[in-house]
Amino acid sequence: MNTLIFRTVAPFITALMLLFSLFILLRGHNEPGGGFIGGLIAASALAIYGIAFGVEAVRRAIRFHPLAIAGFGLLLSCLAGLISIVFAVPFMTGLWVYPVLAGVEVPLSSVMLFDLGVYFVVLGAVASIALALEEREAD
Amino acid sequence: MADVTALTFLALCLPLIGALVAPFIIRAFGAGGAWLLAVAPLLAFLHFLHLVPQIAQGEIITGGYDWVPGLGLRFSWFLDGLSLTFALLITGIGTLIVLYAGGYLKGHPDHGRFFSFIFLFMGAMLGVVVSDSFLMFFIFWELTSITSFLLIGFDHEREAARRAALQALVVTGGGGLLLLAGLLLLWGQTGVAQLSELMPFGDVVRGSPLYFATLLLVLAGAFTKSAQFPFHFWLPNAMEAPTPVSAYLHSATMVKAGVYLLMRLNPVMGATPAWETLLPVFGGLTLVTGSVLAIRQTDLKLKLAYTTVSSLGLLVLLTGFGSDYAIEAAALYLVAHSLFKGALFMIAGIIDHETGTRNITRLRGLRKAMPLTFTIAMAAALSMAGLPPFFGFLAKEEIYTAIAGSDLYPILVTAIAVFANALMFAIAFAVGLRPFVGRLVETPKHPHEAPVLLWLGPAVLALAGPLAALFSGVTHSAISSPMASAIAGAPKELSISLTPHIGLPLALSLLTILLGIAVYWQLDRSRTFVAYVLHSARGPDRGFDHFIAGLVRFAHGVIGVVQPRRLDLYVACTFVCVAAILLVPLVTHDGLPLGLVWPTDLRLREAGIMLIAMLGLIAVLIARDRLTAIVSLGIQGFAVALIFLLFGAPDLAFTQFMVETLAVVILALVMTRLRLSPTDSRHGARRLFDIALSLACGLGFALLLMRATEAPFNSALSDFFNAHSKLIAHGANVVNVIIVDFRGTDTLGEIAVVAVTGLAILALIRIRGNTERRLATNDPDAEEA
Repeated sequence: MNTLIFRTVAPFITALMLLFSLFILLRGHNEPGGGFIGGLIAASALAIYGIAFGVEAVRRAIRFHPLAIAGFGLLLSCLAGLISIVFAVPFMTGLWVYPVLAGVEVPLSSVMLFDLGVYFVVLGAVASIALALEEREAD
Repeated sequence: MADVTALTFLALCLPLIGALVAPFIIRAFGAGGAWLLAVAPLLAFLHFLHLVPQIAQGEIITGGYDWVPGLGLRFSWFLDGLSLTFALLITGIGTLIVLYAGGYLKGHPDHGRFFSFIFLFMGAMLGVVVSDSFLMFFIFWELTSITSFLLIGFDHEREAARRAALQALVVTGGGGLLLLAGLLLLWGQTGVAQLSELMPFGDVVRGSPLYFATLLLVLAGAFTKSAQFPFHFWLPNAMEAPTPVSAYLHSATMVKAGVYLLMRLNPVMGATPAWETLLPVFGGLTLVTGSVLAIRQTDLKLKLAYTTVSSLGLLVLLTGFGSDYAIEAAALYLVAHSLFKGALFMIAGIIDHETGTRNITRLRGLRKAMPLTFTIAMAAALSMAGLPPFFGFLAKEEIYTAIAGSDLYPILVTAIAVFANALMFAIAFAVGLRPFVGRLVETPKHPHEAPVLLWLGPAVLALAGPLAALFSGVTHSAISSPMASAIAGAPKELSISLTPHIGLPLALSLLTILLGIAVYWQLDRSRTFVAYVLHSARGPDRGFDHFIAGLVRFAHGVIGVVQPRRLDLYVACTFVCVAAILLVPLVTHDGLPLGLVWPTDLRLREAGIMLIAMLGLIAVLIARDRLTAIVSLGIQGFAVALIFLLFGAPDLAFTQFMVETLAVVILALVMTRLRLSPTDSRHGARRLFDIALSLACGLGFALLLMRATEAPFNSALSDFFNAHSKLIAHGANVVNVIIVDFRGTDTLGEIAVVAVTGLAILALIRIRGNTERRLATNDPDAEEA
C-alpha cells in the first residue's frame, strides 16, 4: 500500500481533507454536514497520513495526544452549554451574536461552539483508536 | 438565630478549610505551623462551647440549608446534649491532637498531607455527630471510614499498614452499607428522614413488623464502627497508623460513632427485649474479650487499643441495659474515657518518640528523665483506673450503681464489669506507671523530656479529668445531664459527686481495686497465662484474611464462567440476544407484517442499489479470506448510504459513507492485529448454528422494518422541525439542528460516550503485549523529552 505515488499524494489529500472537514463542519447548520461528519473526515485524513508516513509522523504533526483533543472537545461542548448560566437561561440554550467583521455579518453562536466540540471529540477519539491500531506497523 | 446558623455552618466547615490550607502552612512554617492550624478546630470548639448554656437549658438547636429540595435533601444539623458533647470532644481533643501531631511528625516528608487527612477526618466525624438528615449522616459516616482508611494507611509503604487500612475500610465501610439499608427502612416506616423528627415515632418503629430487621441492620453499622465483638479485630490493627491518629481515633472520634448512633436511636428503638438483649450481650462479650486481649499485649499502643475495645463494649452494654442510671453512667463514662484514653495514647506516643520503643518489657525507670510525662501519665492512669478524685471514678461509681442488683442477670453483668474493670485498672498502671518506675534500662534512644507540642495535649486532657470531677456540679449541668437526657429521650438530672457514698457501688469499687492490684502485681505472669490459653489463636482477624481470599477466589470463579476469554462466544451470545429481542416480541405481540407486497413502482436506480447490496452479500458469503469479507461487507454499507442519498437524507448518507469507510479500515486493522487464522476454521454444527443465527437476526430486522413501514407515516415531528428549526435554532439543516440544538444535551452525552469509548479502546489495545515499550512510544511527553 505504501507506494511512491501514495506517499507523494498523501500530504495533499490530508491537507485537503482537513480543510474540507472544516468546511463541512461550518456549513453544517444550514447544509448537509456538521461536527460529527467533519470529525470523521478529519480522522480519516489523519489515518491516510498515518498509513503513508507512519504513526510517529502523525503524532508529531498533531502535537497533542488524540485523546487530549477529544477531551478538549468535550470541554468545549460543556462550556457551550454552561454559557447559559451567565444569561440565566436553561442549560444548552442556543445563544447567538452577530458581530460585523470586515463588513460581513458573521453569525456566531454557542451552538457552533458545541458543534466544534463534537468535531474535536470525534476527531480525537477515532484518530486515537486508528493510530493505536496502526502503531503495530511502526514497530 | 440566623447568625447561629451561619456560625454553626462555618464551624462545620473549619476542619475542611484546615484540610485545604494545611500543606501550604506546613510548607511555609514547618512543624510550628501546627500552632496556626490548631486555630481552626479551636474556633469550632469555642463556637460549640458558646452553645453549651442554651443546650443545658434543654434547647435543641437545628438549622441548615436546602441542598436538593426535590429529594428532600437538606444540609441540616441537630444539636442537643448528645451531639454537642461529641462536637466538643471532637473539636477540643482535635485541637490538642493537631498540636501533638505537629510535634510528633516533625520533619516528616508528608507532614502537610497528614494534617490534611486528619482535618478531613475531623470534618467527617463532626458531620456524623451533628447531621440531622439521614443521608447527610450516612455520607459523613462513610466519609469517616474513607478518611480513617487514609490515616491508617498513612505509612503506605509498609504492608501491615496497608492491610490494616484495607481491613478497617472493609469492615466499617461494609457495616456502613448495612446501616444505609437500616436507615432506609426507618425512613420507610416513619416517613421521616431527619433524626430530630424521629423521636415521636418510637412506637411506630418498635411496633413495625420490620423492627427486628431494622435493628439488626443498624446494629451491624454501629457494631462494625465501634469494633464490637466479633468485629473487634480491626481496631487494634488500626494501630499501624501514626500515634496522633490512634489517640484521636480512640478518644474522640470514629470508634465512638457507633456508640453515638446507638445512643441517638435509644429513644426510638430502645426499651424492647431485642434491644435490651443484643446490646448487653455483645457489649459484655466485647468488654471481656477486649480486656483479656489487652493483658496479653506487650506493646503500649496495642494494650491501650484493646482496652478501647473493652470500653466500647462497656458503653454498648450500658446503652442497652435499659435503666436510667445505666444511661447516665454511659454518658459519664464516655466523657471520662475520651479524656483519659486520649491522654494515655499521646503518652504512649511520647514514650515511643523519646525512647524508640513501645515494648512494655523494655521500658523501666523513665521517671527521672521524663518527670512531666510521668505526672501526666499518672493523672490519666488514675482516671482510667477509676480512682478518686478523677472523673473516671465518678463514671465507675455510676456504672456500679446502674448495674448492681440482686437478680441473676444483674449479678452476672456486675461480675463481668468488675472483672473487666480490674483488668483495665491493671493496664492503666501498666501503661501509666510501670515504664516510669524501677531501675532505668537501656532503650534504643536516650530518653529525655518531650517538647511542648507533645506534652501540651495530654497535659490538658489529664488536667481536665480531676477538674471535671471536682466541679462535678458544673460538669453535670453543662455536659452530663443534657447528654443523658438526649440519650434517654426524657429530662435527666445527674447528681453524683466526689463525696463518699457508702453502699454497694463503693464496695464493688474496692473489690475492683483489690483485684486490679493483684493483676498488676502479677502482670507478667497473667500475660503469659493469657497468651498460653489463647495460644496462637488469632480468631476473627485470621477469619478476615480467609474472607478476603475467598472473595478473590469467588470472583475468579465467576469470571471464569461469564468471561471464558473466547471472542466467538461473546459475539454469539450478543447476536442470540439481538435475534431474541427482534423476533420474540414480533411473534408474541402479534407484530408480524400483514403481508408481503411486491413494489410495483420500483424504479431502475432503486433496483440497481438492491442489486449492489445483493452482490455485496454474495461476495461476503463466498469470500475466501477475512479481509475480502470485511471489504465486501463495506459494499452493503455503501448501498444503504445510496438509499439515504436517494430518499433525501444527504446528511445520513454522508455520515454513512464515512462511517462505513472508517469501519472497514479499523476492522481491517484490528484483524491484522488479532493474528486470526487466515481462513475460516469453523466446522459442521458450528457453521449451521452460525448460519441459523445470522438468518434469525436478518429475518428479525427485515420483519421489523416491514412492519414499521406498514404503519402510516406520522409527520408531526418532521412538520414541527421543518416549521421551527429556522425560527428557533436559526438553521436550515434540520438534522444538524436536531443534533446540536433541539437535542443538544443528548448529543453531549453521546460525545462523552465517544470520548470514553476511545479511552477504553486505547487502554485495551495497550494492555496487549509489551506494555512498557508501547507506553513509551505512545507517550507524547516522552517524545518531547
